[in-house]
Amino acid sequence: MIAELGLLALIIAFCTAVVLGIVPLYGSIQRHSICIAVARPAAWVQLVFVAIAYGCLTYAFLDNDFSVSYVANNSNSKLPLLYKISGVWGAHEGSLLLWVLILSGWTGAVTIFSRTVPEDMIAKVLGILGLVSVGFLSFILFTSNPFARQFPPVTEGRDLNPLLQDPGLAIHPPMLYLGYVGFSVVFAFAIAALITGRLDMAWARWSRPWTTTAWSFLTLGIALGSWWAYYELGWGGWWFWDPVENASFMPWLMGTALIHSLAATEKRGVFKAWTVLLAVFAFSLSLLGTFLVRSGVLTSVHAFASDPERGLFILIFLMIVVGGSLTLYAWRAPGIRSVPGFNPVSRESALLINNVLLVTTTATVLLGTLYPLVIDTLGLGKISVGPPYFNTIFIPLTVPLVIAMGFGALCRWKKDTFARLRSDLGILLLASLIAGGIWPLAMNHYSFAAASAGTLGCWAIFTAVRGLWIRATPGRRWRGLVQTPRAYWGMTLAHSGIGIFVIGVAFTTIYSMEKDLSMAPGDRISVGLYEYQFDGVQNLTGPNYVAQTGTVIVSRDGRIMARLSPQRRRYLVQQMPMTEAGIQAGFWGDFYVSLGERLDDSGRWAVRINYKAFIRWIWLGALLMAAGGLLAATDRRYRTVVRTPTPEAAPQTTPALAG
Amino acid sequence: MTPLRRQRFILVGLLVLGVSVALGLALLALRENINLFFSPTQVMAGEAPQQANFRLGGMVVEGSVQRPDADLSVEFVLTDTVEQVTVTYKGFLPDLFREGQGIVAQGMLNSNGIFEANQVLAKHDENYMPPEVADALKKAKEMGLK
Repeated sequence: MIAELGLLALIIAFCTAVVLGIVPLYGSIQRHSICIAVARPAAWVQLVFVAIAYGCLTYAFLDNDFSVSYVANNSNSKLPLLYKISGVWGAHEGSLLLWVLILSGWTGAVTIFSRTVPEDMIAKVLGILGLVSVGFLSFILFTSNPFARQFPPVTEGRDLNPLLQDPGLAIHPPMLYLGYVGFSVVFAFAIAALITGRLDMAWARWSRPWTTTAWSFLTLGIALGSWWAYYELGWGGWWFWDPVENASFMPWLMGTALIHSLAATEKRGVFKAWTVLLAVFAFSLSLLGTFLVRSGVLTSVHAFASDPERGLFILIFLMIVVGGSLTLYAWRAPGIRSVPGFNPVSRESALLINNVLLVTTTATVLLGTLYPLVIDTLGLGKISVGPPYFNTIFIPLTVPLVIAMGFGALCRWKKDTFARLRSDLGILLLASLIAGGIWPLAMNHYSFAAASAGTLGCWAIFTAVRGLWIRATPGRRWRGLVQTPRAYWGMTLAHSGIGIFVIGVAFTTIYSMEKDLSMAPGDRISVGLYEYQFDGVQNLTGPNYVAQTGTVIVSRDGRIMARLSPQRRRYLVQQMPMTEAGIQAGFWGDFYVSLGERLDDSGRWAVRINYKAFIRWIWLGALLMAAGGLLAATDRRYRTVVRTPTPEAAPQTTPALAG
Repeated sequence: MTPLRRQRFILVGLLVLGVSVALGLALLALRENINLFFSPTQVMAGEAPQQANFRLGGMVVEGSVQRPDADLSVEFVLTDTVEQVTVTYKGFLPDLFREGQGIVAQGMLNSNGIFEANQVLAKHDENYMPPEVADALKKAKEMGLK
C-alpha cells in the first residue's frame, strides 16, 4: 500500500513539474502575472510530493517490505538501521529518486533565497528547473520505477552491496548529488538570462552563491568518496582515475572555472558569453556523469546494474539539454556585450589563465574517459586508459594553475604592473622556496620533487594569507580583518586548501612506504622508522557478516604507537568478501594495515603494511576548499538588494533580436 | 586594434595555445598508456604483443591456484573456455579473486608463454564478471560452435 502511495506521489510530482516547466515560462514571456505567480507554489508542491515518495521508499526499507523488488534487491532484515536508510540510494532507482529529491530541494531553495531577484526572472529559473525535473521524473517513471512490486514476494532480501555498508559511503552520494544537482540551478539562471538576453552583472551576482555552494558540496562529495576508497578498498589508494571518479571530477573542474569566471563577470563585466557557456558545460558534465555511471557503459568499481535503455534515455536527455542550450546560446551570444579592456597584467588575465587551464584539464580528462568507449563502440578493440595517462597530463597543467593562482589573488583588477607586484611577490616566492627547500630535510630522504611541490604549496598558502594581510592595514589590523568580506575569507581558505592539497598529494606519493608480506603470528618487520608485529588472527561475528580480525602492533624504539585490527569480512547473504583496513590516522601520516588471505594452515597470512605520509593533508585541503566555498556563498553582498542598476543592467533584448 | 579586439585576440590566442599543448600532451600520454585487452584465445593465436604490457582476461580455472613458495607469489590459469594461459603474480590478490571468477590481469608475456602479471583486477560487477571477460567468453563460445 505504501509503495503504491509513493508511486502516486511521484506521478503527482511529475504532473506538477510539467505545470512548473510550462506555465511560469509562458507567463514570463507573455508578461502574464498570474502565470508567473504559479512558479513558487508549484515548486513547493513538487518538493512535498517528491519528499512523500522518498519517505515511502524509506518506509519500505525500514518495514522490510520485500515485495518491492528494489527493497528486496538492496536490503535485508538483518541490515543495520543506518544502512537501511542509506540503502534507499544504494542502487540505481533509489539514487535517481534522491537526485530528484535534491533537485526539488534546490528548486525550493531558489524560492526562499532569491528574494533579491525580480519575479519574472525567478519564474523562468523555476520553470527551467521544472523542465529538468520533468526529464528526471519521467526517467524514473518510465525506466526505473523504485516502487515496482515483484510476485511472488520473497521472504528475505538480497542485502545491500557490502561495499556500500559503510558510514563514509552512506553520506557520499547525497553530498555528491547536492553538488551535481546544484549546478542545475546555475544552469537555470544561465538559460533564463539567455532567454531574456539580460546577461548583466546582476545575473552573475545571483548565480555566484549558488555556484559556490554547489561546488562546495561537490568538493565534499568527492573528498568523501576518495576517503572511502582509501579505507574501504584496502590498498591505500586515494584516487584511481576511475571513469566514475572522473565523472564527478569533470563537473568539479568546470565548476571551479565557472566560479572564477563568474567573479570576473560580476566585478568587471567581462567574459560574459564565456561564463554562460561554462554554466551550460558544468551542468552538462553533471548529466554526462550520471549517464556514465548509470548506463553501465563503464567498467569500474561502481559499475552496478547496467541497462542500455536507461543509458539511451539519459543520452537523449543530455543531447536535448546540450543541443537546446547551445542553440539558444548561438542565437543570443552575438548580442552579449562584455565591457572591453583589461591589461595583460591584471586579475582578469590571471582568471583567464585559470579558465584556460581548467577547461583544458577538463577536456583532457574527458578525452581519457571517453576514448575507450569510442574505440569500443567503433569496434576497434577493448582498451583502458590508466592512471599514467591522467598523471602525465594533470601535473603539467596543475603546476602553472597554482602559480597563476598566487599571482592572481594579489593582482589588481583591470590594470596592474609588474613593478608594483615585484616586491610583494618576490618576498613570497623567496619564502616559499626556502620553506619548500628545507621541508624535505625533515623527511627520511631528500627529494627534489617534494621540494618543488613544497614550494608550490607554500606559494599558494603564502600568497593567499598575504592577500588577507594586505587588507589588514597597519594600525587597524583587527578591524581590517573583521571588515574583510566573507567572500575574501572564503577565497583565502580555499586557496590555502589548494596549497595543503598539493603538499599532501606530493608527500603521500613520495614518502609513503608499502610492503606486501607473508607473515606468521609473532613475525616482526621494520618498515621505515617503525616496527610492525603480527599477532595472528581471530574469528569474529558481526550483525550480517563473519570476519577474521588480525592484530598488528606498531612500535617505535619499543614504544607502542598503534594497535591495528585489519579485518577480512565475508558478508553472509551475498557471500562477498571484503577487506577492512586497520588504520590509525595521524596528522603527519597514517599507519595502514590490511589483511590479505590465509596462505597456509600454520596461520601464515598475506599482510600489507603501509605508512601513508601526509595523506590527511589531501582531505584537509579539500575540506578547507569546501569551507571556503560555503563561507563565500554566505557573503552579505548576495543578500542585499541592489537599488541602483548598473549601466549594462539595461535590457539587451533589442540588439540580440535585431542582430 | 581596439581594446575589445585585443582582448578577444588574447583570449583566442591563449585558448588555441592551451588546447594545442593539451592535445599534444594528451596524444603523447595516450600513445604510451593505452592497454589493449586480449583473451586467452587471442594470446594463443599469437595476436598479443610480445614485449609490451597488455590486459588478459578470463575465468580462473578451478583448482589451478597454486602457491609454490612461502612468500606472496601465486600461479593460476585463466581460460575463456577454449584456450588457457598460465599467469604468475606476486602480491596481494583482490577481495573478489577466487576460482571460477572472471578477472583481468595486467602484465607481459614472457618467453615461455607465461603471463607475468603486475596487477590483478577483480571488479565489483553485480554478477562478478568484468564486461571484457564476458565478451571474450561469448566470442570463444561462438567460435567453439562453428
